[in-house]
Amino acid sequence: MNIAIVGGRVIDPAHDVDATTSLFVRDGIIAGLGEAPSGFMPERTINADGLVVCPGLIDLRARLREPGCEHKGTVETETRAALAGGITQLCCPPDTNPAIDTAVAAQWLIDRARSLGGAHIRPIGALTRGLNATHLADMHALHKAGCVGVGNGLMPIKDTAVLRHALEYAAGLGLLVFLTPEDPWLSQAGVMHEGRMATRLGLAGIPESAETIEISRALMLIEETGVRAHFCGISSARSAALVAEAKRRGAMVTADTPIHQLYVTEDDVGIFDTNYRLRPPARTAADRDALRAALATGTIDAVCSDHQPHEADAKERPFSDAEPGIAGLETLLPLTLRLVELGIVPLTTALAAVTARPAALLGIPAGTLAVGRCADICLYDPRTEWTPTPASVHTRGCNSPFFGTTMRGQVAMTLHEGRIAYERPGPR
Amino acid sequence: MIDVEEALARVIDGARSFRERKPVLIGIHTGGVWIAERLHKGLGLVEPLGTLDISFYRDDFSRVGIHPQVKTSHLPIPLDGRHIILVDDVLHTGRTIRAAMNEIFDFARPASIALAVLIVRDGRELPVQPDIAGVAISLKPWQHIKLTGPDPLGIRIMEKSE
Amino acid sequence: MAIEPDNAYHLRHFLTTEDLSGGAIGEILDTAESFISVGEREIKKVPLLRGKTIVNLFFEASTRTRTTFEIAGKRLSADIININTSVSSTQKGESLLDTVRNLEAMHTDLFVVRHPLSGAADLIARSVPKHVHVVNAGDGRHAHPTQGLLDMFTIRRYKGDFRRLTVAIVGDVLHSRVARSQIHALTALGTKEVRVVGPRSLLPAAVESLGVSAHTDMETGLAGADVVIMLRLQFERMSGALIPSAGEYFSLYGLTRERLARADKDAIVMHPGPMNRGLEIASDVADGPQSVILPQVTNGIAVRMAILARLAGASAGEGRTS
Repeated sequence: MNIAIVGGRVIDPAHDVDATTSLFVRDGIIAGLGEAPSGFMPERTINADGLVVCPGLIDLRARLREPGCEHKGTVETETRAALAGGITQLCCPPDTNPAIDTAVAAQWLIDRARSLGGAHIRPIGALTRGLNATHLADMHALHKAGCVGVGNGLMPIKDTAVLRHALEYAAGLGLLVFLTPEDPWLSQAGVMHEGRMATRLGLAGIPESAETIEISRALMLIEETGVRAHFCGISSARSAALVAEAKRRGAMVTADTPIHQLYVTEDDVGIFDTNYRLRPPARTAADRDALRAALATGTIDAVCSDHQPHEADAKERPFSDAEPGIAGLETLLPLTLRLVELGIVPLTTALAAVTARPAALLGIPAGTLAVGRCADICLYDPRTEWTPTPASVHTRGCNSPFFGTTMRGQVAMTLHEGRIAYERPGPR
Repeated sequence: MIDVEEALARVIDGARSFRERKPVLIGIHTGGVWIAERLHKGLGLVEPLGTLDISFYRDDFSRVGIHPQVKTSHLPIPLDGRHIILVDDVLHTGRTIRAAMNEIFDFARPASIALAVLIVRDGRELPVQPDIAGVAISLKPWQHIKLTGPDPLGIRIMEKSE
Repeated sequence: MAIEPDNAYHLRHFLTTEDLSGGAIGEILDTAESFISVGEREIKKVPLLRGKTIVNLFFEASTRTRTTFEIAGKRLSADIININTSVSSTQKGESLLDTVRNLEAMHTDLFVVRHPLSGAADLIARSVPKHVHVVNAGDGRHAHPTQGLLDMFTIRRYKGDFRRLTVAIVGDVLHSRVARSQIHALTALGTKEVRVVGPRSLLPAAVESLGVSAHTDMETGLAGADVVIMLRLQFERMSGALIPSAGEYFSLYGLTRERLARADKDAIVMHPGPMNRGLEIASDVADGPQSVILPQVTNGIAVRMAILARLAGASAGEGRTS
């Protein structure tokens, strides 16, 4: 299908494009920017007047819950929710049940999303078999099956020798390793940031050192093995500083933070609000501010939804029994745009953090509107205000502290591989 | 206007006929205790008088809740088999007296209870009548009469909205 | 006046001492004073809560708290039902809220809840219909507000004005919901100085943010104190590496007569119970002249009566018609 998107503000952070112009899509790829390719006959012309046209978002971490926890979400529901949030590609951690530790499991996920017409899944393969933290998984096979890298999800690798071997092996294959910076000994009992609020509420805390110790341990091995590594979800100022320093030393490390981490603090837990039961935990206002600054300087390469959908019952429990996480696919874009409103980063940097930068660290040809690339495109109205509610969002997840909060910036349409994969109903 | 001292004198006068029974005086907090004290002196009784706070026995508790400054009920002598004069300032609906009698029976089984009040007004909701009364008056339903004191004793008639 | 405006939440439910003003606490203690006399009567019963149903819902074993709530409820003429259930059984089957909804359907007026997880009572309070009240009888490490207030009652009886007092809370503050409730109440009442004393591994992070000073040395911690509150060393909650041994703990933090001599000569010694004699407190101190541990228990009934009565009586009114 030939599609012309005319009159929109086209922003492609990867190529410093920010202009009101037209974009032409043919046979699933971007065929022209500004000027239509010769002989182009649009079958559909989209008036993008007043809209921003940017690359489809790339989400570094979204749990779809299938296989294993289909009552919380499925490939079908969550990849559709992703498209409604402007996300065309997403990385899925290996801690499903069963884990993504075989080529078949990875291939199944990719094919499933494709057959359902949802966002493109880029699985992260298991680093160890069944995430058992003792026996390496078939990383090469996983990579061949389409995994963008390997990791152990939320399962810790306590044995440093195993971790070292895993990193050595991955380094030899040139694979990107995803690491969750969480020392199991210091974090296992905790349910929120160890500090003033945890003391008040009598909740077991997760000290900042739970994160910094694991980052430090991993950095020593990363630098020793020369592996490319990515830290999933850093939450503290000290962590950001450790990553910045490692980058200065030339270590091949990148890092992300969940977008909500740039907004929430320990105080939000209030009186046991389980919507703020998070992993990593919301830390202090100073940590939040440092993370914002780290995004601006590039120490933090990307932001992600860290989508963790749950059924309502999973949160209607005493705080420490409640399951952690936010269903965040559909608030990723507006929360990213809010960073611009708050003056933390310019618009192109904000959009880069969910498009070009994750694409670069994953090494995938996406996150750009360059001619010849796959036509993954997000069109959003930067002025529309809307309020997400459990009923209004597409995810099966019922858990978000942002439900009921007014968001500015709403996806109008998402093109995935040149096809209109999502179009917001109703007149614009 | 009501003359408090005159009414009080009538109560003391009326109570004289009970003297031979060696009555125990029990005043209901707060106004009833003031009257009981005067009556105690007037009758020249030697045994200490008792005081009751009927807060725990009120029938409107679930509507109005509990007053934070509940006084302690204080019944210093055994009441079993004794003749009691229960004293209050105003008899209105009769509910306070009902509550007070319930409370007394949680302490003991007296031989008899007589009721002495300074002021009897209309508006009875229970079959309760005084044995000794200082003065009877009739008020509008929205009016409220209150004893002020303890020294000097006075009467205030208030509109309910006050 | 009605119990203070703090907020309506506290009036409907009694979940924590946090955010209670000194005035509001004082009112509850005043009410409790008047209930003391009920326990001294021949018939220890008043009809205040006649016809009300109270469910003691205990997800964690407790003898003393459950019993004193039961006695308090019975002295107010309420019907009390005890339900003791282990958390593991609810995890297998119905959820905590399902358990509560089932009991609610049986026309419960008031729940007294004890649960091993912080925030459980708040969760229940948020889910019950408007006419149902919830009293927190201890949730995880978070709060044990009735214990906190009965301790304030005891301190007030023996020591009077909080603004002149130095109070030392000694022991396992980290795992203690009692300590948290005491600290909030003591600071609200304007206590001159509140100290927590214990090994750093048993003091919570940022404990100073609660308005107390932290001491790891028992001698300086007790110096000149008017009130010494010993906390139970909660073995069942220890994960192993927090203290080296019972012997070393007692040698550093056990309350002995010699140590108590560091405190004010008229200092009182309190313990929320159950005591570990010879572990956190020496027997001769626990049974000594400065100990008010048993009166604490007696006062517990009156304070719990006051709290039950205040909640079940909807809003407190001052109107009294004859």
